[in-house]
Amino acid sequence: MAHPTQLGFQDAASPVMEELLHFHDHALMIVFLISTLVLYIIIAMVSTKLTNKYILDSQEIEIVWTILPAVILVLIALPSLRILYLMDEINDPHLTIKAMGHQWYWSYEYTDYENLGFDSYMVPTQDLAPGQFRLLETDHRMVVPMESPVRILVSAEDVLHSWAVPSLGVKMDAVPGRLNQTAFIASRPGVFYGQCSEICGANHSFMPIVVEAVPLEHFENWSSLMLEDA
Amino acid sequence: MYFSLSELRVMAEDIQQKLEKYRTAPFDARFPNQNQTRNCWQNYVDFYRCQKALDAKGVDTAPCDWYKRVYKSLCPLSWIEKWDTQREDGTFPGKI
Repeated sequence: MAHPTQLGFQDAASPVMEELLHFHDHALMIVFLISTLVLYIIIAMVSTKLTNKYILDSQEIEIVWTILPAVILVLIALPSLRILYLMDEINDPHLTIKAMGHQWYWSYEYTDYENLGFDSYMVPTQDLAPGQFRLLETDHRMVVPMESPVRILVSAEDVLHSWAVPSLGVKMDAVPGRLNQTAFIASRPGVFYGQCSEICGANHSFMPIVVEAVPLEHFENWSSLMLEDA
Repeated sequence: MYFSLSELRVMAEDIQQKLEKYRTAPFDARFPNQNQTRNCWQNYVDFYRCQKALDAKGVDTAPCDWYKRVYKSLCPLSWIEKWDTQREDGTFPGKI
């Protein structure tokens, strides 16, 4: 859940997002250290009256400032590749949900057993209940069982959209005529928000995504109720 | 690709077991990447081809149900409706 004056990522709600978060912290620390060092050197160079006009070459420092950056790059590359391959692992989903982008709402289809489908419109600001989030709440949420690998197939019925939920570490473009696959595991129960991430017309900013992760029995009850209502 | 009736019967039993334990479309090594469009298309087309072939033999078309479950899991409802209409009209782009 994003909050005002937030600096970093939202709390991770999936194992992949946790990895991405930690990698980001690691890479950013390296960036801060290098930037601080460079800034210090710049200030030190600029603010001294000493001059030295007789240095011609210096093998040792050249070696150091070649090897050290190479080592730092390896220290960044190794965790990066580890996560890249981790995200690419073949998973065995328990459930498939289709997220279809429309102008300007998402529709979700759960068709593994019955044909459950419903639309998910943003709650207009004047209809919000106290405590609800402006421009983020929807009338129907995409409910998923927690701790289960879920496959999401993203597509669009008109123009390009993009289905994104930052706390789950998911973003996938919705292309008409194409079925894009992504997957996630919700490591904890909760409500996770996202917004359409590809410009799609007048109400592009007003077609949010809400994923609600619940225990399996609650998910089964919810899907029975939704099927009855349909 | 022709099977004897007894082979078809054995296959049908295997498919029955797989169908009873069906949760969702499993990983298909023919479509390992992000773009699953062809996975949906292939299973849709395979179901109707299987049905046509087994009907022609006069055999029970239950083994074809695997393809049906998979395409129902993967394909958007609007695509299925559009293709069903095209098949009825005779304008379906695939060969069945």
